Formats: sequence, structure tokens, C-alpha cells
Amino acid sequence: MEPILWFGWFRADIIAEYAMMFWRGLQMTVLVTVICIIQGTALGLAIGLARLAEARHSPARQLCRYLLRWPSTVYVSFFRGTPLFVQILLIHFAVLPLFINPTDGLLIAGETARNLKQNYGAFISGVIALTLNSGAYISEIFRAGIQSIDRGQIEASRSLGLSFARTMYHIVLPQAFRRMLPPLGNNAIALLKDSSLISAIGLAELAYAARTVAGAYSRYWEPYLSISFMYWTLTLGLAWAIKRLEARYGRGDTR
Amino acid sequence: MDEVIRVEGLTKSFGDHQVLRGIDCSVKASEVVCVIGPSGSGKSTLLRCLNGLEEASGGRVLVHGISVHDNNTDIDALRSEIGMVFQRFNLFPHKTVLDNITLAPTKVRGVSEEEARQRAHDLLVKVGLLDKINAYPNQLSGGQQQRVAIARALAMQPAIMLFDEPTSALDPEMVGEVLSVMQTLAEEGMTMMVVSHEMGFARRVANRVLFMDEGVLVEEGTPEEVFDTPREERTRRFLSNIL
Repeated sequence: MEPILWFGWFRADIIAEYAMMFWRGLQMTVLVTVICIIQGTALGLAIGLARLAEARHSPARQLCRYLLRWPSTVYVSFFRGTPLFVQILLIHFAVLPLFINPTDGLLIAGETARNLKQNYGAFISGVIALTLNSGAYISEIFRAGIQSIDRGQIEASRSLGLSFARTMYHIVLPQAFRRMLPPLGNNAIALLKDSSLISAIGLAELAYAARTVAGAYSRYWEPYLSISFMYWTLTLGLAWAIKRLEARYGRGDTR
Repeated sequence: MDEVIRVEGLTKSFGDHQVLRGIDCSVKASEVVCVIGPSGSGKSTLLRCLNGLEEASGGRVLVHGISVHDNNTDIDALRSEIGMVFQRFNLFPHKTVLDNITLAPTKVRGVSEEEARQRAHDLLVKVGLLDKINAYPNQLSGGQQQRVAIARALAMQPAIMLFDEPTSALDPEMVGEVLSVMQTLAEEGMTMMVVSHEMGFARRVANRVLFMDEGVLVEEGTPEEVFDTPREERTRRFLSNIL
């Protein structure tokens, strides 16, 4: 292809030549982000509730402390206290082979394991690492959100005869969710950007596409500037969507 | 007359601080009992022990003969029989007035959506707030919020209503509207236990007045007995301070 120069220095033809690769990378980035937001939120809710678990009578009281509060606290501490990059490497090269391994995988072994690792290994590790990581951060958002709800709300609900679970579902979480939207949005944006780290274990997402192009042409402005704009567009879109959500669910919360 | 609530030797401590030091009392059906006393005397704690919002440290509370603080008691079922109105209203701010009232009947009692709405409608007529049926709590004044809170508790058709200083957080001009709703309830035969600083209300409406001080039930009797001819020195001192 003939070199096409924009502004005298930007080789647009390189981007055009690899357009399909960037497009696939973009799709992969969005896919990973969406999966991890959903799973991370579910995990974060579970961990956040576990960190708040309390019971009045034994043995439930001890169970809450040793089986819920304690492990969840350690979990959050570990995933917030170590670099995501290291977590990705650890899960991909150390943890995953334990479970998916052609010879002696604990979960899947044999030919299936070989194929799975070959074709989806980086995807699985990346999604797991990012989910576990964001779950830790999101659990803190849930915990703070739930704790910010006035005790009187819980007392009013319980005194009407609603169980703890129903009180959470109907009273606490809907109100907490509104307050959690801004930090959840920030977290989603961070997650989108952090997904680029998965390129290190070979997942063909946006950053990986840029690296490939850079390697082929020894040109760096074009691929990295291009994906920067793509990430930027995506984060702007996310920020806009979150703002819409806040506007929609903000009703009735001003006192 | 059958007893709705019976309290036997109830004690409650927060850490080293003993708030209730052995309370014995009871509330009979259709009776209106007002609990008065200086702040910090344990009135609210007593009320909150009655529906298990507070754990008892010792003694027991029986509602219709069922022990509130027993591990095997279905506390949710028991609480649905006990309406509670709080000092700070505690309406659910993300729900409309209608949804505040219909939530518990539909979810806990299994009342149909339609019947719950009919009930809410009737109760709002009763507390004079039918025009606010679709409003959110933050669009209401304090007095209106408290009246909705009363309607919300009544929607469960409880056997007894507990009022925890229901007018203490209200502007003076709104106290009357809440008290008059409570008086109507009392006249209709609702069993009520009211913690309040409204001595006028206690005198007018109560069948019995309990005076508490420092976690002890100092004196009880008819309003005339307690207010006009108090037997205990502490009661006299309290009354002379506030009247």
C-alpha cells in the first residue's frame, strides 16, 4: 500500500492496513470490560456483604467472623495491596495451569485442556484476574454505600416485619446503589483502562493490536496514538452513560 | 383483660452502662400507656426492647405470651404484630407514600397489591394525607411524614403500636396534628405504648402513666395519680422541673 501521510508525519495507511485487527481488539476490550464489570459487581456485592456479616448468637456469630468477615477482609487486602499486573501473571502462569492442564488439571485435563489453554487461556486468566481485582474494589464501594444508609431505615424496615434479606433488597441496596453510582462509574472506567494489561499474557485486545503494529513497522505514534483515542472515546462514552444513570436514579434521595 | 405485652425483670446494659435495671410492667389490650421521665432514663431503650430492636441483657419480654428475645422465636412474624413509630419518622425516601405503606403488607403478610392499596387509601384518609399518596417523603413536612409513618405501621394491622417520642423532632406547630391522629387511634381502642414528653397528651389520653428514672420504673398509676398526687419524691421533682 502507498504510504499516506497526514499532517506530513502520521502514516494513516498503517492504521488502515490493520483496521480489522484494531476493530477485533476493540471488540475484545469491550467484551472483557463488560464481563468483568458484571462479574466484578456480583462478586463485590457478595464480598461487601460478607465483610458486614454479623450475627447476635453463637454459633452464627463465630461463623460470621471466621468464615465470612475474616476471609473477605484478607481477600480485599490482598487484591488491593498487590499490583494488578502481578496478579494477572500469577493467575495466568501459576494458578490457571493448576486447574486447566493437559496432564493433571484439577478441573479440566486432557485434550480439552490443551485446546482451551491454547485458544482461550489468556482470555480466561485475564477475565479471572480482572474480575477478582475489581471485585475487591467494588466490595469496598458496596460496604461504604451500605454503611452510609441511616440505621433508622433498617430499624423501620425490620420493625415492620421485613427479614434482613428483604430489608437489604427493598430498602438498603436501592438507596445505597444511588450513592454508589459515581464510585462504581469510576471503577468501570479504571477497569476498561486496566484491561490493557492483559495484553502482556497475549490476549488480542486493543493494546496488543497496537504492539503488534508497532513491532511490524517500528512506528509508535500511529498505533499508540490511535488506541489512545479509542480508549478515550470508550471512557467518555462510559462516563456519559453513568451520568445518565445518576440522573435517572437520583430521585427522592435529597433530604 | 388479656395482656398484649408483659415485661419481667428486664435489664439492659451498653458496655458498663446499665440503662435498664429490672423493669416489670405490662400493657393490656386497648390500653394506652404513656412512659415519661428525664432523658437518659431508659424510656426509649425499654420501648426498643419490646420489639427486639435491642437485645435484652436479662429478664424477658412476652408479646402475646411469646418471648421476644428467645432464639427460636420468629422475630419477623412477631414484629409484624407490633407497629413502631420513630422519633425521626424513618420513611423510605426512595419510595412514594403509597409504596411506603404497601411494602410490608404485600411482602410480609402476603396481602394482594390491590387490597394493600385500598388499605393505604383508607389509612391516608384517616391521617388526612390522601392528596400526598404519590408524593415522596422529602416533599412532605415533618408532621406529614410522621402521619405517613403512623399509617405505614397501621397498615400491618398490628396488635399494639409503640411510639418512640413521635413529636420530639417536629416543629411546634406540627405537634398537634400528630397528637390528634394518635388520640383518634386511642379512642378507637388501639393498644398503645407511648414514650413522650407531651404531658398534656399523657394526661388527656393515657389510661396509665409510667414514670422512669435512671433505668428504674419509679412510679405508675392513672394520669391523675401520677401528675396530681405523685407518691415519689423523684416524680415530684421531675414534674416540677417540666411544668
